[in-house]
Formats: sequence, C-alpha cells, structure tokens
Amino acid sequence: MSALFLLIGISLSIAVVFLIACIKAIRSGQYDDDYTPSVRMLFDEDVKQPDEQNK
Amino acid sequence: MEVEKFSYDNKIVKYFAYATIIWGIIGMTVGLLAALQLVFPVLNFNTGMTTFGRIRPLHTNAVIFAFVGNGIFMGVYYSLQRLMKARMYSDALSKIHFWGWQLIILSAVATLPLGLTSGKEYAELEWPIDIAITIIWVVFGWNMFGTIIKRRERHLYVAVWFYIATFVTVAVLHIVNSFELPVSLFKSYSWYAGVQDALVQWWYGHNAVAFFLTTPYLGLMYYFIPKAANRPVYSYRLSIIHFWALIFLYIWAGPHHLLYTSLPDWAQSLGVVFSIMLIAPSWGGMINGLLTLRGAWDKVREDVTLKFMVVAVTAYGMATFEGPMLSLKNVNAIAHFTDWIVAHVHVGALGWNGFLTFGILYWLIPRMFRTNLYSVRLANWHFWLGTLGILFYAIPMYWAGFMQSLMWKEFTEEGLLRYPNFLETVTQIMPMYAARSLGGVLYLTGVVLMAYNIIKTVRQGDFLANEEAEAPALVKEHITSGKEHWHRVIERKPIQMMIFSLIVILIGGVVEMVPTFLIESNVPTISSVKPYTPLELQGRDIYIREGCSNCHSQMIRPFRSETARYGEYSKAGEFVYDHPFLWGSKRTGPDLHRIGRKYSDAWHFNHMLDPTTMSPGSIMPAYPWLLDDDIDLESTPAKIRAMITLGVPYKQEEAENANKDLLQQAEGIAANLKKEGIETPADKEIIAVIAYLQRLGTDIKAEQVTKTNQ
Repeated sequence: MSALFLLIGISLSIAVVFLIACIKAIRSGQYDDDYTPSVRMLFDEDVKQPDEQNK
Repeated sequence: MEVEKFSYDNKIVKYFAYATIIWGIIGMTVGLLAALQLVFPVLNFNTGMTTFGRIRPLHTNAVIFAFVGNGIFMGVYYSLQRLMKARMYSDALSKIHFWGWQLIILSAVATLPLGLTSGKEYAELEWPIDIAITIIWVVFGWNMFGTIIKRRERHLYVAVWFYIATFVTVAVLHIVNSFELPVSLFKSYSWYAGVQDALVQWWYGHNAVAFFLTTPYLGLMYYFIPKAANRPVYSYRLSIIHFWALIFLYIWAGPHHLLYTSLPDWAQSLGVVFSIMLIAPSWGGMINGLLTLRGAWDKVREDVTLKFMVVAVTAYGMATFEGPMLSLKNVNAIAHFTDWIVAHVHVGALGWNGFLTFGILYWLIPRMFRTNLYSVRLANWHFWLGTLGILFYAIPMYWAGFMQSLMWKEFTEEGLLRYPNFLETVTQIMPMYAARSLGGVLYLTGVVLMAYNIIKTVRQGDFLANEEAEAPALVKEHITSGKEHWHRVIERKPIQMMIFSLIVILIGGVVEMVPTFLIESNVPTISSVKPYTPLELQGRDIYIREGCSNCHSQMIRPFRSETARYGEYSKAGEFVYDHPFLWGSKRTGPDLHRIGRKYSDAWHFNHMLDPTTMSPGSIMPAYPWLLDDDIDLESTPAKIRAMITLGVPYKQEEAENANKDLLQQAEGIAANLKKEGIETPADKEIIAVIAYLQRLGTDIKAEQVTKTNQ
C-alpha cells in the first residue's frame, strides 16, 4: 500500500505548510486583534460615496 | 500618511458572474436530462454521445467546475480586491484566467460526450486538459498572491485565508491525482492501480468537495453575509479557529469513501475518526454564519439575498452533519452505493453552493450596475421554487436510498434473498426518480427566472467598470528592537515563501513517489490473477469510454447480502492490474465484479443491443453502436506497451503480437455467438466488451483465496 504512505506524506506536507503559515500569521500579529477586522471589512464603500455625489 | 488612489476591477467580476449563470443553466439542464433518462430510458436517444454514462460526468463537471468554479472566481475577484484594498495584481492575468477557464470547460463539453475520459470520478478530463487546468490554476494563484502582496491592508481577513487554502490544496490534489501515462492524445492510463488508485482517487475526490466546494464558499460566506446583513460576523475569533481546524482535519477524511472495500482496515478507521472530528469545525462555520444575523432576523424576512444565504448555510450545516454520520461504518453499510449519497451531495450542491451563489449574484449585480434589482418579486419566486426544488429532490432520493438498500439486504425465513433479481429493487424506486426530476425542474425554473431578472437589472443599470477607491499605503512593519530572527526576513516575503513551500511539497512528493513506482507492489498478490488479454483490455477501455462505472460498481463488500447476491467478496489482490480502478460509487445497476461466466456470450450480446429483451423493465441504455464500430486495433500495441511501463507483467513480444492474440480470442467469441445463431464479425467492439465482462472476477475461486490472501 505504498500509495497510502505517499498520500500521508503529501497530506502531512500540506499540513506542515499550513502550520508554518499559521505560526507565521500569529507571530506577525495577524490575530492580535480578533474583533475590529470583522467591522472594518464592512466599511469599504465609504470612499466612493462623495465621488458619486459629484457626478 | 499619503492616501493612494486606485480602482477596483469590476469588469472581471462581471465576466465571471455571467459565466456562472450561463454554465449553471447548462450544467443543471444536463443534470435534468440525466435524471429523466433514468425514468424514460428512451431519452438516451440510442447514440453514444447522449447516453447516461457520458451525460452524467458532463453534468458533474459542468456544475462543479463550470458553475461553482466560476462562482468562486466571481466572489474571490470581487471580495479580494476590497479586502486587500488593491486592484487585482494584473488585468492581463485576470483575462487569461477567465478565458483559459472557459476554454477548459468548453474542451470538457467537447470531449466528455465523445467518451474521452480517464474514468476517475470528478477527474474525468483527459491529460491535455489536466495540464491546461494546472496552468490556469497557477495563473489564478499568481494573480491572487500578487494582489495580496501589493495590499494596503495589513490584516488578512479570514475569507482570504480560505482562498489561500483553496489554491494551495487544490493544486496539490489535482497534480497528484492526475498522474497518468498518455497512450495517445486523448487516452491515458492512471499511474496507480487498483486499491492504490482508489485511495488516491478518493483522497482527491473527498478533498475536491472540501477545497473546491467548501473552503472557497466559506470564504465567500464570511465576506458576503456580513456585507448583505451589514453587520460583523458573529465571532471573528471563532472564524479563525474554525478555519485552521477545518483545513488540518479535512485532508485525512478521504478513506471514508472506501469503507468495507479492499482498503486496509486501519486506513478506513483513520478516515472515519477524522470525519467525525470534522463536525466541530464545520458546525463552527455554520453557527458563525447563522449567528451573524442575530438581532437582524427581521431583515431576513424582507431581504431576498439574506433568505438565500440563510438556506445555504442551513444546508451546509445539514450536509456536514450528515457527512460524518455517513462515515460511520454501520451507516455507510446501508447508505453506500444507494441514492442516499445522491441526496446528500445535492443538499450540499443545490443548497449550499447553489443558494449561496444566487444570494451573492442578487447582491452583487445591482451594486456593480448601480441600480436596484429589477424585480424582488421574481427573486422571491426563485427562492421558493429553489427551496421546493431542493425538497422535491432530496426527500424522494433519501426514500429511494433507504428502500433500495433495505430490499438489497432482506432475506426470507429460508435464508434466501427476498429480492434476488436486482431489477425489482430498481423498478420499486422509479416513482422516486420521477419525483426527483420534478424537483430538478422546479430548481432549474428558479434559476431561469434569476437569469431573466439579472438581464433586466443589467439593462436598466449603468455598469461601473472601475470603481474608484483610496487607501493609505501600507507602511513597513515596525521592527521592535535588537537582533532580528532570520526567519523574519522570509516571513516578510510571502511570494518567495509560497514558492519555497511549494518546492518543498513537490520535492517531498517526488521523494515519496519514486519508491512507490519502483517497488513492484505492496498489495498482496494472488498468483492466479493475470493481466488482461489484449482483447479484454480493449473491452475494458470501451467500458471506461461508455462510463459503465457510473452505474455499476465492481466492489463486492464482505456482507452476507452481497456475497449471496454477487458471489465471493472482492480482494485487494484482484485489482493489481487495473489502471484505473473501476470500483464505481453507485449501484443504479447491479455490481459486475463477478459477472464473468455468469451468462452466455449471446446473453451479453443481446443485452447490450437492447437490455429490455433480456431484462424486461430495465432502464439501462442500449448500445447498438458497439455492434457496428470496429475495435481500434491500431492502438493495441501502444496500450500494451503503456501497461508494461506501468509495471503490468506483459512480455515485450506480447505487445508486438497483441493484435494477433486479440483477433484469435475474438474469433472464439464470434464462433460462440454463431452457435447461438448470432452472426457478427470478430473485430467489432461488442466482442471486446463481451470478452472483458466474461473475464471479470474469474481469476480467483473462493476456496483458493483464504490461503493466498494475507
């Protein structure tokens, strides 16, 4: 069942890549603030409103 | 801090939105045809291009990769730009991505009805298209990571993480599962054989559900539900935790598609354990999506977009509860191979993917066209038709699944099968098949109403191709003090990091694969199992071309009900020369693994010409063209040589004499048929198919097995 070990190897590699990404994200402060990003994403239309009124 | 001016590219979002709608209608129409073919076999139209075995892969490919695929790109291209406060990295790459993807879909539409298929479910497309998919997927990733790098927002919102996980994992899955050896421009053999091929295929198949139908859509959910409800997600912390939990668990669940098969038991159990654990992160997402609407349920009553999204998330919750339950071995014993699974996937596809896509379209189109939706009333009609459609689809299919499975397993007091004729269990569920088609009609009608509504909205609107925006540039990260850790340097370069990790994965993969291909085989070998003869191999390829495995399994599970019906249960060692494996996943017709020598050659001949003559009431399509078309003799030596490369123990001279051996065996079958009064030339395809069917499962005799296997 060599395919099993192949798949386990690949799956583990993916998991390790994600683990590195996760640790990196935590270390770089991505998750220091776990509230305001959810609010900030709601406000991207603000900028264009005045533009539209000028037209 | 200087504020930079830039614009969002809405045009590419518009393209993907149109493609989503068009392919959605086409894919669902093909699905409806497939559903109707099971009720009215005459709709197979007696030609190869339109038979169920070729139509069904066309349906699944169209709805998964064309409808949902374009839906993903539509949502990603819209939300990623806004979340990153940056235009897409390259307009040219966006265009290449869009047109490349549409060409891939068109090539699928052109090849699948011709029977050009690898025979692996949800990965049917042949090798040149597989390469094209890889290239276009890389273009998508390049464009996405480019945008992430030039972003003006430091924080990666959780949706973006979902997109990244989608890209990375789908790339790896697709490449590993598509390892195949080309025989000609449109024919290849899977590199793996038998049990190994099955394992790779369902590792891929399950994760295609996980990382193509689930993670990107969760990303879209985390962007579009808060937007549509105009309130932040219930718990941002939960979204982060459930993201990481989900992607770590999902990749291990594949073996639950192979319970009770010849896969080693520990691998089956591993798959089950991870599948059960998956409930937690899946429901984390579902709860988070629904609770985002806390205190805003009054909006759901008014806003049709939210209605669609609420049903979508609810369907997600149901499907991800049912999935782990179906992974329990005792539940799987009943459900596997039945219409229960068809119901399960359609709750996910119609409910979760379909309804979330519709919700996003109803929200997105009026915004990009700076107008209101043409008709809210029509959209409400769509909502109710769609919801009823799902119910009319799923309930009859569940019913059919339970009923047929119980009939398969029922014994009389004397210990005999109560329904020994498989066909009886099919005719019983015909009313449910009819009801399911009605569900499909309702759902499709809703989608057509949506298309009309959106055309009208587009006509009355004024499209904003480049949406102006402004944001301050991202300042360099503040370095605290003292010496920097060496890893910080790499961390600040995400694209290099990305390429680096992919290289690491690929090296790891190659290192793992080389021994796989060098070692003869670790599967228990049974000395009496021999490679297929050239004629049988040609017959097997016709079996693959006609998509027989869409309705017929070749995997007898070790249950009394199955061994009593079909014969000795299937052993791993019997499939060592099967490139690809053909176990199938659904029994619309009976299992064929022990069909060999059960009926006469003449029976098979007549049955393929018109199944109803041998089994009155059969819903199997007729295959009259097999009687007219010649076996593709030119390809025989190349096919044998390819098999030798893959490690099948043919001798070199067998490749050279392949056609001589083939014709000799074919003459024998033709002579057999003649005795029964059937005159047919020996070089017709029907002869090869008969040869293959008569060989199936005959290499071992039950009593030999115990001592040679394990």
